[in-house]
Amino acid sequence: MNYDVIVVGAGVIGGMLARELSRYQLSLCLLEKENDVARGASAANSGIIHGGYDPESGTLKAQLNTCGVSLLYRAAKELKVPHRNNGSMVCAFGAEEEEQIRILYDRGVENGIWGLRILTGAEVRAMEPSLSENVTLALWVPTAGIISPYELNLAAVGNAMDNGAHLKCNFRVSKIEPNKEGFLVTSADGETVQGRFLVNCAGAFSDEIASLAGDDFFRICPRAGEYLLLDQEVGAMVSHTIFRVPTKAGKGILVTPTADGNLLLGPTADQVKSPFDTQTTAQGLEKVKKEALSMVPSIPLSKVITSFTGVRASTSSGDFIIQSSARVEGLLHLAAIDSPGLTCCVSIARRAVRELEQMGLCLDKKEKWIATREDPRAFQDLSIQEKNAWIQRDPSYGRIVCRCEKISEGEILNAIRQNPPARDLDGVKRRTRSGMGRCQGGFCAPHVMRLLGAELEIPQEEVTKSGGGSVMIKGRIG
Amino acid sequence: MKEHKIVVIGGGPAGMAAALAAYEAGVKDVVILDREERLGGILPQCIHNGFGLHKLGQELTGPEYAEYYAEKIRKTDIKVYTGTMVTSLTEDRVITASNEKGILQIRAGAVILAMGCRERSRGALGLCGTRPAGIYTAGTAQKLLNCHGLLVGKRVVILGSGDIGLIMARRMTLQGAKVEAVCEVMPYSGGLQRNLVQCLEDFDIPLYLSTTVVKIEGRERLEGVVLAEVDENRRPISGTERSISCDTLLISCGLIPENELARMANITLDPVTGGALVDEMRQTDAEGIFACGNVLHVHDLVDFVSDEGEVAGLAAAEYVLGEAQSKVAVPTVSGNGVRYVLPQRICDQEREIPLYFRVSQPRRNVNLIIKQGDSVLKKVKRIKVSPGEMEKVVLPAGCLRKGKGEIKVEVEV
Amino acid sequence: MKRELICILCPKGCTLQAEILETEVSVTGNACLRGERYGKEELLAPKRTVTAVLPVSNRPDTAVSVKTEKPVPKEKVMELMQLLQKESLIAPLEPGQCVLEDAFGTRVITTCRVL
Repeated sequence: MNYDVIVVGAGVIGGMLARELSRYQLSLCLLEKENDVARGASAANSGIIHGGYDPESGTLKAQLNTCGVSLLYRAAKELKVPHRNNGSMVCAFGAEEEEQIRILYDRGVENGIWGLRILTGAEVRAMEPSLSENVTLALWVPTAGIISPYELNLAAVGNAMDNGAHLKCNFRVSKIEPNKEGFLVTSADGETVQGRFLVNCAGAFSDEIASLAGDDFFRICPRAGEYLLLDQEVGAMVSHTIFRVPTKAGKGILVTPTADGNLLLGPTADQVKSPFDTQTTAQGLEKVKKEALSMVPSIPLSKVITSFTGVRASTSSGDFIIQSSARVEGLLHLAAIDSPGLTCCVSIARRAVRELEQMGLCLDKKEKWIATREDPRAFQDLSIQEKNAWIQRDPSYGRIVCRCEKISEGEILNAIRQNPPARDLDGVKRRTRSGMGRCQGGFCAPHVMRLLGAELEIPQEEVTKSGGGSVMIKGRIG
Repeated sequence: MKEHKIVVIGGGPAGMAAALAAYEAGVKDVVILDREERLGGILPQCIHNGFGLHKLGQELTGPEYAEYYAEKIRKTDIKVYTGTMVTSLTEDRVITASNEKGILQIRAGAVILAMGCRERSRGALGLCGTRPAGIYTAGTAQKLLNCHGLLVGKRVVILGSGDIGLIMARRMTLQGAKVEAVCEVMPYSGGLQRNLVQCLEDFDIPLYLSTTVVKIEGRERLEGVVLAEVDENRRPISGTERSISCDTLLISCGLIPENELARMANITLDPVTGGALVDEMRQTDAEGIFACGNVLHVHDLVDFVSDEGEVAGLAAAEYVLGEAQSKVAVPTVSGNGVRYVLPQRICDQEREIPLYFRVSQPRRNVNLIIKQGDSVLKKVKRIKVSPGEMEKVVLPAGCLRKGKGEIKVEVEV
Repeated sequence: MKRELICILCPKGCTLQAEILETEVSVTGNACLRGERYGKEELLAPKRTVTAVLPVSNRPDTAVSVKTEKPVPKEKVMELMQLLQKESLIAPLEPGQCVLEDAFGTRVITTCRVL
C-alpha cells in the first residue's frame, strides 16, 4: 500500500502530528525503532508546560510556545492525560540574578505571555512556603503547568490509531529511497513501507534520518539531563514548578511536583556523544541534589525512588528545525525539538500540517473523527458502588497487582489490549504506573510478566523489559 | 459495611500467629485479609530450611512452616479472605479492601497490622549507570525461581549481604548459575553467620566487604557492573574500580516495613525501624490498632515474628473483650551502641517484658545493659553481637520502678 | 589442627573451636549438643540439607519445592542437583510426597502443596 504520509519516530512530536493528520482522509503510518512509543526524550523529560518567557523573541520556539500552551491544555483534556496548571516560579538569588528576572519578564511580555508578575522573596514564599530564605525575587508564570509526558505521547499515538493510523514498532529505518510515488522506506529487518510524504520526527536521531533521505544539512548534539524522582509521599511538598534563573546551558535544575503526584528534581545538561548515553552519573545526580536543595532546602532525599536520564535533541543553532527539504521533494523535517518541545507538540504538529498542505498534501476532513480517548484511570475515579458494578462485570478489576500504586489486573490487561498496545514491562509501567511506585516493580514484576506472556502468547523467556534483547528470564529449571 | 471483632491485615507468619492467638484467647470473630492467593506471606518462596527451631523445636523449610500455621487456621472458624488487597485504613478502624468479588468495607473492633516489608530497590540506593533488564531485588528473583521455576540469569553479582541475597547466592549456584561476587558496602556482613558459611563459603563465592557497585553497564540486558571499595563514610575510593561481566545484579540491601496503611491511619512511625511506635502489647498510638512482624521492625528469624504475632493477637483479644487497661507508659530508648529498641514504651510494669533490639556495629565480648535511671535492671554477657542479628533480653516482671524515667538499653564494651 | 567453625544448625551461629585429636574430635564454644555433633561432623564428614524446586509438568510456570529429609554428604550436593534436574512432577501434590527414593542415603520429598 502507498501511505499518504509516513512519520518516522513515534515520540510526542510524531505522535501528535499523526493525531492532527488523522483528522483528514489520509492513510498514515508511524514508524518507531523501539518496541514501544515514548522511549526517547518524550518519556524522560521534566513534563513541564512552559510559560514561554524563555525563548528569544522572534524564534520558532517563542512563536510556537506562546500559541502552544493553550493548544496543549486542550489536547491534554481531550486525551485524558494527567496535567495541572500549577504555575511556575523562576527564582533569583541576589542582585545579579534579579536583573535576569527583569529581562525574562520583558521578554515574556514581548512574546505575548499573559499574567507574568515579578514577586518579592516574601511574596513568593507566601505562595510556596518551602522555598529557600535566600530567594530574593521571582518571576511568577501563572500559565505554566505540568503534564505526564509519556502519557501524552501514548495518548496521541493511541488516538491517531483509533482514527485509523498504523503504527509499526521495531522498525529501524535503514534505507530511504525517493521514487515516483514518494519514498520507499526499508527497515534494518528488511521490511518496506511506501509513502508519498515523509516526515522526520526522529528526535535525537533526526540527523541520521535526514542523511538517509539525502538531505544532510544539520547535526544533532545530544544533551543528557539527569533526574531524581521522589516518592508520592512527598509529592505535595511543593505545589509549583520552581526554576532557578536560566543560563546558556538551559533552564537549569528545577523542583516540581509531577502530574502523577511525585516530586521531580533535575535535569543536568551535559553534551554526550550518542543519543544512547542514557546512564546516570554520580556527579550528575550530586549536582541535581545540590541545586535542588539550594531552592528547597527541606527536600527529603531519602525518599528518592529512582533516577533516570533523558537525551535531548539539541543543535548548535538553538532553534527548532521545522522545514520542508530544499533538496528532496515530499520530505519534511521536525527536528532539533528540545525544550520547550513538549509544550509545543500541538503547535508544531499544526504547523507541520500546514507545511504538508503547501507541499501538495490534500486535506479533506473526515466526517467522523474521534477527539477523545477512553480514560485509563476511569476505574480509579469511580465510587465504591460503581467500582463494585464494574468488578461484577469484570472481576480482574478487583485483583490488585501493583500494591504500591494499587493497579488492578484489569487495568494492566487493558494496557496490553488498547492502542498502542503495551508489549513489555516498561510499556505496562508507563501506561498504568504498575511498577512505578516505591517498590519499583519488586512485587508486581512476576505477575505482570505472566500477564504479558499470556496476552502476547509468548513464553516467559521472551518477555522483555523494553523490547530487543532486554529479556527478563535467562532459563528455567528442569 | 460489615463488622468484625478482629481484622488481621496480612496472612504471613505474623498475621497467622496473631489470628490464632486472638482466636484461642476467646475472640471467635477473627478475619485475615491477604493479597496473595494463599496464606504464608513470603514463606512459600523461602524454600530453604532453618525455620521453626526456636518456636516449634523442629527444622522446617519456609513452605512447611507456613503450612504448619495454615493447617491450624483451617481447623478454626477464622475467616480468610485471600486475593484481597487492603487499600485503606482509617484511625477509627474502617478497612477498605478489593478482591475479585468487589470492594469490601469492614469496621473492625481491633486491627492487627501484619503486612510485612518490601525490599530496598535500585532507585532507592542511587545506583548510577544505565537501566537495562537483569537487575532484580533478591526476593523478586527468589520468587521467580522458587515459585515459577524461572532463572533470572546465568552470571550474577549480588549487592548487599542481607540474608535473602546470601540464600539466593547459594540457590542460583545450585541451579547452575555462576555467582561472581557478593559485595557489601559496610565493613561487616548484614546477614546471619550461618548463611555466610553455608551459602558463600561452601561454594567459594567471594564476599567483598566495604565494596559497592558504582556503575551499571549494558543497554538492553545487563552486561556488567563496576565495583569500587569505599572509605569509612561509604564513599567510593577512586582508583579501586574494577569491572565484572555479569548478566544479573541482585540487590539485597535491606528491607523496609510496608507502612502505607499505618500512615493513612495517622499512626506515628519510628524513623529508625520504619514501623509503628508500639508498647509491649504491640499497640500503636491509634487505639485498637496493633502491629507485629516485619511491618513493625525487620526480623531475621521467623520464629520471633510468630512470637510477636502472638503478643499482638492476644493483646487485640484483650482489647476487644474489654480486659485491657490503660496505664502510664515508660519510654524505652537506645543508648550507646544500640540502633533501636522495641517496644518503644512499656505500659504494664507488672509483666515480664522481652526487649528486642539491634546493635549498631559488630563487637565481641560485650555486656548488654538495661538501665532505668542509674539502676541496672539487667546485664547480659554476649560473646559476639552483630547488627545483622536481633538481640532479645527479657526484663523480669516487676523490676521497673514507677516515675524513675526511661529505660535505656546499651552495649558495654 | 584446630579449626574455627560457625555452627550452621540454627540461626544463633555459634563459633566453635574444633580439633581432631588422636582418638576423637574435641568441640568447644557450642551452646547445645547439636553444636557438638555439628563440629565433629563438619571436620570428619560434612553434610548439608539440600532444598530445590522441580517443575510441575501440568502447571505452566509453576514449581514445587523439595528437600532432602536428612543432610547428604557435602561433596554430593551438586551431584544430587544434577539428579533432580531430570525430575518433573504432576499436580496435584501434597507436602511430604517422595520425589527421589535414594538420594545418597536419604529421600527427597516435596515441601509444599500444588493444587
